[in-house]
Order: sequence, then C-alpha cells, then structure tokens
Amino acid sequence: MSEFWSVWIIVLTVGNILACLWLVRWTMRSRAGEAAQGDVTGHTWDGTLQEYNNPLPRWWLWLFYITLVFAGVYLALYPGLGKFQGFLGWSSGNTLAAGDGSQYKGEMQKAAEKYDPIYKQYAAVAVTDLAAKPEYQEARAMGKRLFLTYCMQCHGSDAGGSRGFPNLTDGDWLWGGAPEQIAASIANGRTGVMPTHAHLGDAKIDEVSTYIMSLSGRNVDAAKAEAGKQVFLSAGCIGCHGMDATGNQMLGAPNLTDGTWLYGGSAGAIKQTITKGRNGVMPAHKDLLGDEKVHLLAAYVVSLSQK
Amino acid sequence: MESQTTYNYKVVRQFAIMTVVWGIVGMLVGVIVAAQLAFPNFALWDGVSFLSYGRLRPLHTNAVIFAFGGSALFATSYYVVQRTCQTRLFGGPLASFTFWGWTLVILLAAISLPLGITSGKEYAELEWPIDLLIAVVWVAYAVVFFGTVAKRTVKHIYVANWFYGAFILTIAVLHIVNSAFVPVTLTKGYSFYPGAIDAMVQWWYGHNAVGFFLTTAFLGMMYYFIPKQAERPVYSYRLSVVHFWALISTYMWAGPHHLHYTALPDWAQSVGMLFSLILLAPSWGGMINGIMTLSGAWHKLRTDPILKFLIVSLSFYGMSTFEGPMMSIKTVNALSHYTDWTVGHVHSGALGWVAMVSIGSLYYLIPRLFGKIEMYSTKLVELHFWTATIGVVLYIAAMWIAGVMQGLMWRAVNADGTLTYSFIESVERTYPFYYVRLLGGAMFLGGMLIMAFNVWKTVGQGSAKDADDAIPAPAAH
Repeated sequence: MSEFWSVWIIVLTVGNILACLWLVRWTMRSRAGEAAQGDVTGHTWDGTLQEYNNPLPRWWLWLFYITLVFAGVYLALYPGLGKFQGFLGWSSGNTLAAGDGSQYKGEMQKAAEKYDPIYKQYAAVAVTDLAAKPEYQEARAMGKRLFLTYCMQCHGSDAGGSRGFPNLTDGDWLWGGAPEQIAASIANGRTGVMPTHAHLGDAKIDEVSTYIMSLSGRNVDAAKAEAGKQVFLSAGCIGCHGMDATGNQMLGAPNLTDGTWLYGGSAGAIKQTITKGRNGVMPAHKDLLGDEKVHLLAAYVVSLSQK
Repeated sequence: MESQTTYNYKVVRQFAIMTVVWGIVGMLVGVIVAAQLAFPNFALWDGVSFLSYGRLRPLHTNAVIFAFGGSALFATSYYVVQRTCQTRLFGGPLASFTFWGWTLVILLAAISLPLGITSGKEYAELEWPIDLLIAVVWVAYAVVFFGTVAKRTVKHIYVANWFYGAFILTIAVLHIVNSAFVPVTLTKGYSFYPGAIDAMVQWWYGHNAVGFFLTTAFLGMMYYFIPKQAERPVYSYRLSVVHFWALISTYMWAGPHHLHYTALPDWAQSVGMLFSLILLAPSWGGMINGIMTLSGAWHKLRTDPILKFLIVSLSFYGMSTFEGPMMSIKTVNALSHYTDWTVGHVHSGALGWVAMVSIGSLYYLIPRLFGKIEMYSTKLVELHFWTATIGVVLYIAAMWIAGVMQGLMWRAVNADGTLTYSFIESVERTYPFYYVRLLGGAMFLGGMLIMAFNVWKTVGQGSAKDADDAIPAPAAH
C-alpha cells in the first residue's frame, strides 16, 4: 500500500468515527427558540404529522459511545488504519507478507505440534502391513478419517467413485495398484489426457467405438467392429491403449477390454470420449498433507481393494 | 395534462397493486427453492435446467427484493413525497415511465434468470443490458422524487423523505459502480474489476443493497405510516437527525464483513467489522423512534392489526440489526459464515422487517387509494398478521438452529486433527430444519394470498375516483 492510500484510509476512517461523535454533540445542543422538551417542534406535514422535541435516550447514547470507543481501541491494537499494523502485531496471515504474528501460521504450528507425532508413529511401517495387519487397525481408521476429509469430495464416502472419478475399491487401476504407485498418485497427482479425435469423422468414430465395445464381450455388429479394428490400429489409439487395447499404466491409459468405464460405457459416452477427448485430474496432495498422511491414505486405499 | 390540484395517485395505485402481485410471485419462488432443498429429487424439478436451484434462487432474491420491495418503495415514496411536500409529483409522465420501465426490468429478470443468463454477482445477477435499463429508470425515479421535493409548498422536508432520498441517491451510485461490465455479447459481460477488488466492490454493493434498499428506504416508510396509523407525533426529532446521518455514513463501510478470512486485506476486514458494530446504535435509533411513537397509544395495538404489523416489523428490525453487528465480529463470523444462520438472519430482516412493514403500510394505503378508509375485512388482516408472524418465527428459529449446528459440525475435529463430520453429514442433519423452514415460508406465502383476496375485495368495493387526492392549499407557516 502506498503512503497516499494509507493516509487516505486513516483520514476517512478516523474522520467518520469523529464525525459520529461530533454529530451527537451538535444535535444535543439546545437552540434558541426551540420547543420545550416533550413538546412538538411546531412543524406539521400532511395534516397530522408532527415530531416531539425529545432528547436522545441516555442508554442509547451510551451504546453508541461504547461502540465508538471499542472501534478506537481495536484500531490501536489491530490492523485497520492503513499501513499501521496495530500494537499487537497481529495479522490473519492471508497476505503475502504475513509476519510472525500471523494467526494462520500460529494455528498451523500448534496443530503440527499436537498432531504430527500421531502420524509419525506409522511413518516407518510398510503400507502393506498397515493395510492388512490387525494391530494397525487404528492406522487404517485414521486413514479413513483422512479420506473422508480430503478425498470423498470426488471419490465418494465409500470410495466407489463417480463418473470421471475412479472407483478405488474394484482392483482396477489406471496408474497402478502397487502401494508405491498409489502413494505416488496421492502425493504428486495424475493428469490423464485422452485427446480429441473429432478429425476422424462420425463414421469412423462410430466404427471404432463399436470395436471397443466388442472388446469387453458385448454383442455388436461384427462387420462394423472389424472396420473399427482397422481404425483402432491406424488412428493412433494403440500408442496409448496398446495393440490389444489393455491400456498402459505408465500413461494412465485405461484398459478397454475389462468392462470398467471411467466416463461411461454406453455407445454415446464412448463416442463422446473419442470425439471430444477427456481430461482427468487428480491433484497433488504432498504439500497439503505431508508424507506421513499420504502414507496412511495409501494404506487405507490399498486396504479397500484387498477385501 | 392532469390537474395540478390533485396528487398523482395513479402511479401509486399501480405500484401498490403490483407489490402484492410480485410479493406472491417472489415468495412462491422462495417456497419452491425451500422445497428443493428439502426434497431435492422431487420429480417436478429433478433434472429440469430452468427450474434448478441455482437459477431459481437468484430469481427469488431479485423478485422479493427488487420486484416486491422495490414496488412497495416506489408506491409509498411517491405517496409520501407528494403528501408531505403538498404538491403533485414532478415530471408528468416520467412517473408513469418509472412504473413501466421497472415492470419491464422485472419481466426481463423473470425470463433471463431461469435461462441461466447471469452476471454471477449476488443481488446483481442481471446482465448488462438490463443493468442499463435499471440505471435509466432509476435516474428517472430520482428526477421525479427530488423534483417533487424541490417544488414542495411546505418549508421543511419531512424525515421520511430524507430516508427515501438517501436510498435513491445511494442505490444509483451502488448500481452504476458495481455493474461496470465489459460487454462481450448481448447476454454476457465481464466485471470491470479484478479478483479481490471485484469481491470488495460486490460486497460494498451487496451490503449497501441491504443497508439502503432494505433498511434506509423502509425506515422512510416507517416514518410516515407509523405516526399516521398511530395518530401520534414522531417520538424524537433529535434522534431522527442523529440516527439518519450516522446510519447512512457508517453503512457505507460495512461490506467487508462479508469477506472475513478471505484474500481481502486485514485492514479492510477490521474496518468493515468496526463500522458494522458502530451501526448498532444508529440502526436502533429508528426502532426506538418508531416504537416510542406509540407511547401513550399502546392500547391501539390490541385492536389494530395494521399497527401490529408495523410495530412487530420494528421488533424484527431491532432483532436483526442487533444480530447483524454480532455476526460481523470475526470470531462469531468464523462460526456463522457459510451456514444457514446467515439465511435465517437475512429472512428475519426480509420477512420480519421489510415485508411486514410493507404489508402494514399497504393495508393503510390501499383503501385510501380507492376512496375507502379501511380494508374490506379487518379480521382477515388480523389473520394475515398471525399467519405471517408464526411463519417468520418458524423460519428463523429453524435456520438459527441449523446454522449453529452446521458451524459446530464443520469445525469439530477428531483427536488426530481430521474432521469429525463430512460435509454431507451436516446436510443430512439439516433436513428436519429445512422442513420447518418450508412450513414457515409457506405460511408467510399463505398470508400474502389472504392479503391478495382482501385487496381484491377492497378494490372491488371502492373506486379510484373517490380517492381523496385533492392537494390542500399551502398552510401559513
């Protein structure tokens, strides 16, 4: 904030508070020739409307004064008057320049002191052990609570997923189901891109989607599926999904033969996926949660598909 | 050219009748969105885009604030400014233009919002072409109002007109600044302001829409209709001076309390909170002046349902203007923000104060516009009063409990620092309160239907020709 705006804010803020005080004092003054207290002022509108010359109620006046004084004290202690940070040195911590008095930093630090040791005790235990061994039931419960705080918004409270968000309980993995792969997905996030293929034209897209449906054993027009196979082999699909269409976990390219569909398995949904493409994002959680929590989350997710 | 010896009651009649109509429409949409929260999968709206909550909710807020509240303010301000300035409305056909212009704005809102055409700014969702129309109508309104004040035949300007005048001026400034958009197509524009500045401008507008549209203007209404109906002088001229100037100067600052704990700089949050607290006394000044006007005539409350409406509206006003400053305190806001408590707070103001003071004033106004002294049935006014009051109490009590419960559930943590409740659990627990809220809202709507019948009968029995619209000769002062 520049010096000018700082002064501008201070003048307007303090000015308005002082103006309120002045207004009260100015209005309370008795004036020559005014009506006696409790009498009407002498003006009449619309036949009957009049006003009493009653004083300001005392209790109301005190209420007004108290709020004005409170404002003065608060402005001395907390940020408010332009660049002046207040004598307490407090800040919410929502600004880039949050200093030591930052409430956010302070609360995060307190939380870390209180909760970090709880998570650290499982940091050295293997994910597979945490996921399976009976003595780590509490660790799995903590993982579940973390899941319900950070993950359920997309994957659902039962981790069953939703259209566009993978089911984590079915043992079908886009990016790999090994504990370290799951932990990597949580920590660093994933971006699964299916590019648009609108350039193939409706006819070819219809054929290739028919072929794809045939792969999971569905009853389709065999001739069309055969034509679609040629499209599949020549249009670039194999680059990610492979010759046999079983996908590639290095790229997050789904297996198209297993009957599991992230964006829907109807003819229309498959055609739309091919035509317009898809962009699936799993955000990174490493900075938000830290390694220990990611570790417990991975263990919980592994435990889900072991049932 | 109509005679200059009569008041212009035609435009007052038009707005007064439309207040009842828009009240029913706006509150009906409110009941529908309340039902959607209680029964989200009900077949009537499930999967229907133009009936989706996200589109109907702004339709509800726009309809009740600007169509219902706006029409009530146009009607009463035109009536009050003429009678207390003892002169016919200034500007001839301009007053009629404001009526048809405002009606067009409302119709465009009713079409564009369900179609999903929105600027995304709360209480300012209408897209830029409609914003331009609003600006034109509003300037015309200002010309009519201030022109009338300028050609008054009485020396002093009555207190109600200060409040109406402040409202008209401020809303013009707020609307024009907040609606600064860069047009892209006819139905899409983008805000002129970036990021946190846009949020601050939006809530400077948003809170002052509450402050000047829903508070200051309706205080103007209160200052005419309560002393008229109670047949008593206003309690204190001095108090009206202090609370007017203090109210309009401090309200301007209160917006940042909508943005506590956000990217808004700390200093702005502090200043917003402090001026919201300072607002308590100036707000209560109006309540004291209205309620104390009744001192010496308390017995009238027993028999006069119109006075009941007016006085109970001030009680709700006092309650919500106490609640507001409390909710603006950062530590309280940390609990209440984003919960249904806010919704309850808004409706204790919107139903309890704004709607009830308007209803009371209309019950005074409508018979007089049609050459009658009283409504067709006072018993029905009484019935409306109790239906509305119980409805409001059910509504706000349900939302208070729901809001505090949500706030407590959201902040509850387990021993390992994880959240005790997922968001959806708080939604599940809120259902009973959504049912009670729906009932309260439906009762309030029911009251409006009773009113519509009563107004229909009153208008049918009376005649616009019989209205006493003669301007008395200027009295010697």
